[in-house]
Amino acid sequence: MERSDTYNDRVVRQFAVMTVVWGVVGMLVGVIIAAQLLWPVLNFDIPWLTYSRLRPLHTNAVVFAFGGSALFATSYYVVQRTCHVRLFSDRLAAFTFWGWQAVIVAAAITLPLGYSTTKEYAELEWPIDILIAVVWIAYAVVFFGTLARRRVGHIYVANWFYAAYIITIAVLHIGNSAALPAGPLKSYSAYAGTVDAMVQWWYGHNAVGFFLTAGFLGMMYYFVPRQAGQPVYSYRLSIVHFWSLIAIYMWAGPHHLHYTTLPDWVQTLGMVFSLILLAPSWGGMINGIMTLSGAWHKLRTDPILKFLIVSLSFYGMSTFEGPMMSIKTVNALSHFTDWTIGHVHSGALGWVAMISIGTMYALIPRVYGRTAMYSTRLIDLHFWVMTIGIVLYVAAMWISGVTQGLMWRATNADGTLTYTFVESLAATYPYYAVRLLGGLLVLGGMFIMAWNVGRTIAGAGAERAVPVMAPAPA
Amino acid sequence: MTAGWSLFVIVIVAINIVGCIWLMWATARRRPGQDSETTGHTWDGDLAEYNNPLPRWWLWLFGLSILFALVYLALYPGLGSWQGLLGWSQQKQWQQQVDAAEQAAAPLFARFAALDTAGLRRDEAAMRVARNLFANHCAMCHGSDARGAVGFPNLTNSDWQWGSSEQDIHATIAQGRTGVMPAWGEALGAQGVEEVVAYVQSLSGMPAPAATAAAGAARYQSFCIACHGPDGTGQQLLGAPNLTDEVWVYGGTAEAIRQTVVQGRNNQMPAHLELLGEQRVRLLTAHVLNLASAPPAADGSD
Repeated sequence: MERSDTYNDRVVRQFAVMTVVWGVVGMLVGVIIAAQLLWPVLNFDIPWLTYSRLRPLHTNAVVFAFGGSALFATSYYVVQRTCHVRLFSDRLAAFTFWGWQAVIVAAAITLPLGYSTTKEYAELEWPIDILIAVVWIAYAVVFFGTLARRRVGHIYVANWFYAAYIITIAVLHIGNSAALPAGPLKSYSAYAGTVDAMVQWWYGHNAVGFFLTAGFLGMMYYFVPRQAGQPVYSYRLSIVHFWSLIAIYMWAGPHHLHYTTLPDWVQTLGMVFSLILLAPSWGGMINGIMTLSGAWHKLRTDPILKFLIVSLSFYGMSTFEGPMMSIKTVNALSHFTDWTIGHVHSGALGWVAMISIGTMYALIPRVYGRTAMYSTRLIDLHFWVMTIGIVLYVAAMWISGVTQGLMWRATNADGTLTYTFVESLAATYPYYAVRLLGGLLVLGGMFIMAWNVGRTIAGAGAERAVPVMAPAPA
Repeated sequence: MTAGWSLFVIVIVAINIVGCIWLMWATARRRPGQDSETTGHTWDGDLAEYNNPLPRWWLWLFGLSILFALVYLALYPGLGSWQGLLGWSQQKQWQQQVDAAEQAAAPLFARFAALDTAGLRRDEAAMRVARNLFANHCAMCHGSDARGAVGFPNLTNSDWQWGSSEQDIHATIAQGRTGVMPAWGEALGAQGVEEVVAYVQSLSGMPAPAATAAAGAARYQSFCIACHGPDGTGQQLLGAPNLTDEVWVYGGTAEAIRQTVVQGRNNQMPAHLELLGEQRVRLLTAHVLNLASAPPAADGSD
């Protein structure tokens, strides 16, 4: 018999711990490949350690292992707390935990061995794709089952975002991964040529929009008001930005394929909808930051709030930068350069990682029956180390990217290119060292976090089950 | 695009844009008694929501981005088969930029066209352009210093795979070259391969076991002679390298020669005439000639 009088925090604890573990692993791989770009000899001529194989391992580890575990942990925590009911099924929830970890381990084995569909952020081969789909559907059953059994009248705004992210990722993953198997670890995409590219970036950009944005906005909508001790700023702002965000994001994929064989009209729609997306994206940022108004003084004493607020600032910055980069003339300069890498990391480190880390610092003591993390000063230290690291990383990639873009397009009077490719490589080389330094700082912060979390868990008493809240009046 | 698909695209675009406008309108209306109060719902004990009005500047931002989209969609292709009022396409934009660049460089190339190859080789401006062309189109294989790499010939020495005359080099650049060395591993057998390798090494004076090399000489006469010639000096008509000198396209170690003999080699120099046009190919020909030897002295007529 499953108990129904307490929350299921076991699966939350499991995912929370793995968030920290995969955060360390994913960012370590990132630091290794950043070092390889500086010193190519660091692949030691071992195929498994080449940049081409470790790079997808890095992206999969940080996005799906670190970010994914954080989303699982917080969505399970939030949906129970805001529905006043235990998870729909403990067994299915446990299956999603072990299934997701199996996916990550399979990725960590097959990617270095060279098995890849070559679709960015969807590199895993078909058997692993099937496991992802099964785990994800189980996740949806647990989440929506819990939502259906809620003992409150209204569905809390955080759950809208989690719900949108779970449904959309299922559709995107299954749609983009459709393939014809040609062996145990080899398949051919169901789509060909330009259509394949368009499906891939419909998936790719919505992975950003729904996995890395909507999911983490769900996290934001619970943990920012919780940590600030203030009501959410505006209910109607959450309505307008939720619906416009999920509708408009779907269109943005073609901006990854400007000036290609993709027809002009698709490129144009990708660009104009990316621009319309600015306001809906900023709606989330406004709602988060304004929730703090009246409680700004708490930033002085609560480093967790610093993480949350700075993450929202980075969110606002990268959701401004994204639409700008989707403009064809800007994209003609930025595409294929390190500017894109800088943009992605200002979103992935500044927004996704920072809000996840802040949230974990708030969540972990709660699910381990403690009032606070082992050390608040270490949270503060982590905040500063990470912030400086991100700024160094992103600024280095901006400068490097714009340098590349300008050098690649420079022409002589005779119509030839002014610079050879290798000259642009030499020009960007110093910035790769700054990027590595920034990455090392971010990784160092993760080690501080791992130690702090370890001490917090070690100091926790017997894990106590939290009783389910009484039904709220509708 | 058929009219049906075009209509479909227009309709879903319209639904999204109108939907955004409706959302703004519906949520921006002020309802009495809603401002600065919570909605009355609570979750998890004390989580609540204010219902503050939408920030004005944010509404303006949203509205202006939609207005921009509408104007842009009128001017540029986007709404299904609607081509836009400006008649813009990425192919046209590209063609305009290419034409502009060609036009800008035309006077320069007109002067070069009047010079013969020897004249080009002596012309500083022409050779500066040629160096730029080489850096753009040749350096990725032959190297920035033109000294080549494994599989890509060194252009600065006196050894030529396909001939050293002006006509030969022009043909190499304009039409490209395809060099094929067949795989002989199975035909020769393991012992035969070792013998041929030893003989090939001995041809250029490298130390090789005498008996093995002698056995290889017999095999050479039946397997290799057709392309590389009876004395191993090669055959430029076929691109068969000279085996008696110290230049090795794929490396001169026993291991590299063994791989060449066993697996064969396939090499391609791409054709550049269509890509670059005759004038630029002539400039590159002159530049490549200059890489290997000084330009001929002017005969005083120019």
